[in-house]
Amino acid sequence: MVPITTLHYLVVAAALFVLGVIGVLTRRNVVIVLMSIELILNAVNLNLVAFSRMWGNLHGQLFAIFIVVDAAAEAAAGLGILIAFFRNKETINVDEIDLLKW
Amino acid sequence: MNPALNAAVNAGMAPVATPWFFYVLAGLAVASGVAVITRRNAVHSALALIVTLLSVAGLYLMLYAPFVAGVQIIVYAGGIMVLFLFVIMLVNIDRASKDRQFNRIWPVGLAAACALMALFAFAIVKGKALFPDRGLSLPESSNTQQIASMLYGEAGRMGQYTFAFEIASLLLLVAILGAVIMTKKKI
Repeated sequence: MVPITTLHYLVVAAALFVLGVIGVLTRRNVVIVLMSIELILNAVNLNLVAFSRMWGNLHGQLFAIFIVVDAAAEAAAGLGILIAFFRNKETINVDEIDLLKW
Repeated sequence: MNPALNAAVNAGMAPVATPWFFYVLAGLAVASGVAVITRRNAVHSALALIVTLLSVAGLYLMLYAPFVAGVQIIVYAGGIMVLFLFVIMLVNIDRASKDRQFNRIWPVGLAAACALMALFAFAIVKGKALFPDRGLSLPESSNTQQIASMLYGEAGRMGQYTFAFEIASLLLLVAILGAVIMTKKKI
């Protein structure tokens, strides 16, 4: 059995990142777009923790914790915008969010 | 000590248990990640995302990062996903699940994502030699203590990340205020 190396974790993180990018670029539902952003942030976190393990120090894990803080702020702000938008336009589809489009 | 386990420990990045745990957790994470972006019903997507988050927390445990795994479970699966589920219940999900699920230019988005995947594959294949197949091992027992002393400092001195930690609290404050103001009926 091949032992698990940093590279294995990088492959998993790359897969999660690409899945998140596909979700952001193709889905219409804003809630699912925000969840795809969470997938992307998780992929980045996994990379950081794997590198932290590879180098034998904790800086990567500290960065991962800060990214979790950032994800919480992003989710709160994004969902707030979503609720404000839903109240005005009665829709949660990305391609109908065109109030600023001239 | 049995020789297989010994070999795994000597290989450095070897997980706590067997490599099978890694493959199961990774497969679970990717499979439920696919479910997140393909489900029609947003609640199903949220549940699949919770499975992804928990499997990633398991991967953190295998990387000897118990504190990050705990934060992942408590903050992500416990806090952020509850927020998502609440918002899903507030907005009209029935209409959205009957609509077209993918936007008009989805082939372009898919092509861009495939290009990104090719780039990642190229980078991983080209840079494979740069990664040592043997990592340093961390003293796992004091992981949380070390993180705390980096965040808060020790013996009265500021830690390396204390300032960034305070800025992060400011960011959270701004996010809370923004969310409250944006969801008010009359601004």
